Amino acid sequence: MTRILMKGAEAVGEAAIKAGCRHFFGYPITPQNEIPEYMSRRLPQVGGTYVQGESEVASINMLFGCAGAGVRVMTSSSSPGISLMQEGISYIAGAELPVVIINMVRGGPGLGGIQPAQSDYFQATRGGGHGDYFTMVLAPATVQEAVELVMDAFDLADKYRNPVLVLGDGIIGQMMEPVEFPEKEPARFEKPWATTGCKGREPNIVKSLLLDPYALEEHNRKLQQKYERMKREDVRVETVDLEGAEVVLCAYGTTSRVCRTAMERLKEKGVRVGLIRPITLFPFPEKTVQALDPKKVKFILTVEMSLGQMVQDVKLFTEGRIPVHFFGRTGGVVPTPQEVVHEVLKHLGKEVEK
Amino acid sequence: MSAPAKPIFQKPESLRDRPTHYCPGCTHGIAHRLVAEALDDLGLRERAVGVAPVGCSVLAYNYFNCDFQEAAHGRAPALATGIKRGRPDTIVFTYQGDGDLASIGMAEIIHAANRGEKITVVFINNAIYGMTGGQMAPTTLVGQKTTTSPYGRDPEQIGWPIRMAELISTLTAPVYVTRQALYTPQLVRKARKAVREAFRLQAEEKGFTFVELLSTCPTGWGLTPVEALEWGKEKMMDYFPLGEFKKPGEEEGGAK
Repeated sequence: MTRILMKGAEAVGEAAIKAGCRHFFGYPITPQNEIPEYMSRRLPQVGGTYVQGESEVASINMLFGCAGAGVRVMTSSSSPGISLMQEGISYIAGAELPVVIINMVRGGPGLGGIQPAQSDYFQATRGGGHGDYFTMVLAPATVQEAVELVMDAFDLADKYRNPVLVLGDGIIGQMMEPVEFPEKEPARFEKPWATTGCKGREPNIVKSLLLDPYALEEHNRKLQQKYERMKREDVRVETVDLEGAEVVLCAYGTTSRVCRTAMERLKEKGVRVGLIRPITLFPFPEKTVQALDPKKVKFILTVEMSLGQMVQDVKLFTEGRIPVHFFGRTGGVVPTPQEVVHEVLKHLGKEVEK
Repeated sequence: MSAPAKPIFQKPESLRDRPTHYCPGCTHGIAHRLVAEALDDLGLRERAVGVAPVGCSVLAYNYFNCDFQEAAHGRAPALATGIKRGRPDTIVFTYQGDGDLASIGMAEIIHAANRGEKITVVFINNAIYGMTGGQMAPTTLVGQKTTTSPYGRDPEQIGWPIRMAELISTLTAPVYVTRQALYTPQLVRKARKAVREAFRLQAEEKGFTFVELLSTCPTGWGLTPVEALEWGKEKMMDYFPLGEFKKPGEEEGGAK
């Protein structure tokens, strides 16, 4: 096992290959172009196929076809491109196909900007397209964690026959950090439903169309049971210093690292501060939030690179028992530790340094 | 004692024994049969993966007796790309109507053709949206009345019907591009050969193959099945000429 210095985007690509992914379809968009570039270079070396689609719309549908044929497959994009993929993601969720989608989030709405953001939380955690479905959403905070989550994403996609979204941001993709690739053989999943040619069996049909409302209702209930199973078996969260905390920060991905620095400074000022870092954004670590003791925790401060998206989930699962405050920067601006410290002190009613 | 009776006509193995939802007189039944016969003749059924479109043939997977995927509107060539790249040993075909292929799916069909995906596209052109109730299609003829062109298609407003076979034949990668019609038994026999040729070329891994089949929509056209065949012969074949626009060996665009 060796540690190597690697750019986040390239590490994501190599992690996919280590997970047994040999097919990548995508369309260029900043700030994630290093992923398709890496895949176009590496996949032919390992007997794989890279195809640059004519659009994100086409690329996600190539994933549909390839996953429907029982093959591990991935795409990557950034916010405006992910919006274009929502049609296909809805069909993929409906047809119960395992795919992995990387979103290196940038500022929006519209063409927005190309700097890092977390403003696609709503889209990612609420299905994103039309219909009654969810995608699983994994949010890495370091390049090392991006590697591990991308590798796990393929197994989770196969376990649930569901799209898995890895929600990074421009910083995770562009930053260089030391990484180790876990040495493990890709898990093997039987896919008797895949369209591989019907030799020796009845034909398989991969589809999302159910014209009979009772059949569609039953199908949607079956999907719902899958999401409930995710909540039981695959919630991931990191907590830091929650024991005895009077203030709890809640942040994911890049902003959780800003919060870690802010926590050190707050502790120097005598503030007992803890952190909840959701790693799965769907399923959300609701039990961790619910378990906070209103007698001990004065408030929760949710910090995001958006103007308040995940904070709605934090409020939802706090159920009004603990005050929830919010601090965010948007449009590609990253909050500073000093700003987070300032917010915490302000809500504690303490003297705030100018 | 007489020899056991030898059937001279029966249902292809590649079709299921199941009534279709198609309107009386619709030529989808013929087109389905031609595809199924080609798969049977070439022994490809057990390797075949079809891709159904959105439109009247959205339920084609209920009638074909082979693996199938059902695509979003217009995206069948993208699905087919993913299937064929993922499993190059399969025989992949899309079956698409004119709204699906020539309107909402224009980008997907042109780029799948241009990449030379080793798939077969069966394009059903009946100049109308059937499933949604007879709206104007990109191939609706000039002057043709539909529910969204009640005064007849006006090229000043909406442009001219798109000739897809000609358009695709200008690309370098496709190996076989043809337009046939399903309006008479003679034409059907020629169409049968064309469909078979397309699948044969795919089985030989030659490249992208495209068969346009001029069809009818008696319900949408407001004609009896017999009148629809006549109208197709007279009007459709006048604007959409039959022929082979590109054959193997013609590397440059075929349309001159």
